[in-house]
Amino acid sequence: MASGEATSAEYIQHHLTNLTYGLDTQGNWAFAHETPYSMTFWTVNVDSMAWSIITGVVFAWLFYSGAKKATAGVPGPLQNAVEMIVDFIDDTTQSVFNHHNPLVAPLALTIFVWVWLMNFMDLIPVDWIPGLAAAAHIHYMKVVPTTDPNITMAMAFSVFALILYYSIKRKGMGGFFAELAFHPFPKLLMPVNLILEGVTLIAKPLSLGLRLFGNMYAGEMIFVLIALMFTGGIALGIFGGILQWGWAVFHVLIITLQAFIFSVLTIVYLTQAHDVEEEH
Amino acid sequence: MTLSLGTLIGQTITFIVFVIFCKRYIWPPLINAMQERQKAIAEGLSSAEKAEQDLASAQERVADELKEAKGEAQKLLEQARARANQMVEEAKTEAREEGERIKEAARSEIDQEINRAKESLRGQVAALSVVGAEKILGDSVDAEKHSQLLSKLAEEL
Repeated sequence: MASGEATSAEYIQHHLTNLTYGLDTQGNWAFAHETPYSMTFWTVNVDSMAWSIITGVVFAWLFYSGAKKATAGVPGPLQNAVEMIVDFIDDTTQSVFNHHNPLVAPLALTIFVWVWLMNFMDLIPVDWIPGLAAAAHIHYMKVVPTTDPNITMAMAFSVFALILYYSIKRKGMGGFFAELAFHPFPKLLMPVNLILEGVTLIAKPLSLGLRLFGNMYAGEMIFVLIALMFTGGIALGIFGGILQWGWAVFHVLIITLQAFIFSVLTIVYLTQAHDVEEEH
Repeated sequence: MTLSLGTLIGQTITFIVFVIFCKRYIWPPLINAMQERQKAIAEGLSSAEKAEQDLASAQERVADELKEAKGEAQKLLEQARARANQMVEEAKTEAREEGERIKEAARSEIDQEINRAKESLRGQVAALSVVGAEKILGDSVDAEKHSQLLSKLAEEL
């Protein structure tokens, strides 16, 4: 626990607060918890960004080490592991995405492994890293970047930008507009079509980012709640330990599933962006 | 849990950097290695299959040749056996003829001996008869006068 005297509410609140640095409403650059004023939008969640970059580097380093010595002969254990994941993503991409675009598969691989690694931070007991950080006088430390909607939405919007880019590139401005305006109903009902298709389009990044955020946030929340039991005496503590173990086992499935869903949906959305539909 | 533009932008840039890094340095070498290995395995499998076929056809050929050789050997064996039989037969006949011939020769020799013995006996009998007759008659028999008679006697013996 961060501090012995904290109430349950404070403890939970503490675990759900990012280490935020940025511009406050008085025009000062400061950490959010050190300034008496509230923050503007011009902030950086330092912990989210740091763990996001750390896990990203772990991904890049691991896979680059595997790829650097990649041989068509007998692969080493690292190459084997890396190849297994690459093969899995490649199969998934091939089965969904039937156009030629060399960006899609590496994109899906990056998303899958990186998101998985970020989600994996959730399995580290909730007090370990924040405890270490507190010892180093860092007061807030949220270690799971995917529980920060700014992180998940940034990725979702990046994917959305790609969707828009490839839609326009493949279909042209007119073709893309036609897809939005003339689709489910005849041309007469263009406004209705635009609203319907517009919502569908906007729903893509929102569902992509919020699904991941929601799942990870909820999972983290449950870990925090379970961790609260450790303050309730030996019996409750042991029960909490069992619960934590059970939830962690279940969470292994969730983090993998969420990473997979994010990358597969990315492939699916990009496939739709590439599909040049017939005239309706 | 509030909007943080810096995080949004930072994560977007980080995302782009990692995707580009993956696309450039991670994906191509791995997928190339995998495809190459796939090709090598496919080639290995097909060449193994070909080798198996070759082996099967070679075995077939070997079996054929073996059968042929066996037939040849059988034929040779039979010929040899026939030849041997023939030789034995020939030898038997020759031996029989030889024996016959030897027997014949022996027989003629015996006959000759008998004749010679007969001749000599006849001579001796004639001489004895002459001696006996002289004794009986007390006179000598004129050998010349009685030679006809004597030889007739000798012939009857």
